[in-house]
Amino acid sequence: MAKVLMKGNEAIGEAAIRAGCVHFFGYPITPQSEVPEYLAKRLPEVGGKFVQAESEVAASNMIYGAAGVGVRVLTTSSSPGISLMSEALSYIAACELPVVVVNVMRSGPGLGGILPAQSDYLHATKGTAHGDFKMIVLAPASVQEAVNLVILAFELAEKYLNPVMVIGDGMIGQMMEPVEFPVEGVGKPLDPGNWALTGCKGRGKRIINSLYLDPEICYRHNLKLTAKYEEIRKAEQRFDTYNTDGPYDLLVTAFGMTSRIARTAIDELAQEGQRVALFRPITLNPFPYEALRAAASKAKRVLDLEMNMGQMLQDVRMALGPDAAIDFFGTAGGVVPSPDQCREKMLESISKTGSRPKAKGARRNP
Amino acid sequence: MPNTDTEVLMAGFGGQGMLLSGKILAYAAMYQGLEVSWLPSYGPEMRGGTANVTVCISEKQVASPYIAQPRALLTMNQPSLEKFGPRVRPGGLIIINSSLVPIKSDRADCRVIYVAANDLAAKVGTGRAANLVMLGVYVGLSGVVDAKVTEKIIEKEFSDKVKFIPANVAAFRAGLEEGVNARATNR
Repeated sequence: MAKVLMKGNEAIGEAAIRAGCVHFFGYPITPQSEVPEYLAKRLPEVGGKFVQAESEVAASNMIYGAAGVGVRVLTTSSSPGISLMSEALSYIAACELPVVVVNVMRSGPGLGGILPAQSDYLHATKGTAHGDFKMIVLAPASVQEAVNLVILAFELAEKYLNPVMVIGDGMIGQMMEPVEFPVEGVGKPLDPGNWALTGCKGRGKRIINSLYLDPEICYRHNLKLTAKYEEIRKAEQRFDTYNTDGPYDLLVTAFGMTSRIARTAIDELAQEGQRVALFRPITLNPFPYEALRAAASKAKRVLDLEMNMGQMLQDVRMALGPDAAIDFFGTAGGVVPSPDQCREKMLESISKTGSRPKAKGARRNP
Repeated sequence: MPNTDTEVLMAGFGGQGMLLSGKILAYAAMYQGLEVSWLPSYGPEMRGGTANVTVCISEKQVASPYIAQPRALLTMNQPSLEKFGPRVRPGGLIIINSSLVPIKSDRADCRVIYVAANDLAAKVGTGRAANLVMLGVYVGLSGVVDAKVTEKIIEKEFSDKVKFIPANVAAFRAGLEEGVNARATNR
């Protein structure tokens, strides 16, 4: 397949179609509006259904219903819209239905602004809505990876019967990069299993419900969900590293687009003989705690970079314990850190380790 | 072979076509097997007069698509020259559409080229294709992408508005000639 140059938002829409998802319910909001715009045009071409709901609350309840009847389904939104959708995500998780939700994050809190941010990390990974439930959360760092992870999101949603969120910032939605798509229909037809409401002629009735007034039954339901989340934790951790082969003094942690900005700074510092490596979680939940611990064990210090005021930082601290030397630099409000700013922060952290740059001739190529 | 690792910031008023010029450049580089990114402004500054796009071109995967200090700036209006001119990396390139920008750049540490892009475009077809004059100058000067490949991309971009192809290709060629000449004269 030839590469095409595509906006992240449009590529996300096309990826869903390639994964066999031809049902979309959503509501426009900057900076993700190109997803519904693209799908409004594309879905009728492939026999799908596009509905612009009257609100995000309605859209998320529409995906709840569509998933309930065994249809592969997608919704997308941006931060304030995702807040509105979150109630239904709790119901969907409770009912163990497979849905994929994409959050193209903008700055907050409140209506915030329309520019890129990563300030929904904790919302996505820890506290999406009421009740004990977890989503699988995937964070791409390129348009190509957004495509790959949207396709993976449908696989995981159906494997675990759980909502999966793909989370990126406004930059990844708005920018164009070359992408390659798999051929259409990479996803097998959705298996309605023993749960989907397909009409009960000739079989016993099925009920999709999240109301359990008997505390013992509700408790057992929570234990079942917890066992599933544990299975996901063991099997689905994904991460990427950069420059970790040789020795390094500083380990940078960053997810999504911030990791790309960090890489430019890391490459520049490598020219000066500074040894900096990068650890990038791809699954924000389940977070790769052990892998981060292993990567950090080779470094003298860790610098966490985010486009928020320190959210993944909580997981980095949890992974590395109270004695680890961890610095943090974050921007918010739609301000994107420049490679130069990241470079300065890396140098500050390195200066705290007391390491001197290695002789230029001895440096390894980045 | 020129150094292909570069970042270009293209800026102007909304509707002047700089986002399209950037897309054509990114496509041309991609067709030559290079890695690219195209990052537009979509925030409130678009309402303040500077629609802009940053195109990164590299032989390996583009790291940061967000560049505070680009190596080249192509500017179609005064606000974007005032805003982005000071940010160009020392030793970089600034191409100014002198048909619309009445001021000069004060960057003595950059190569600054003035092109009357609207006048040139009008002479060979239509002034509306000034954005492609600007792209032509950049391609001619930098040699980052092949001019023939770029022309093919222009034809492709206008494939549903075929009647606009000749004027746009002519504008690109007019700019290209300026760029090639400027390159030959060095400074």
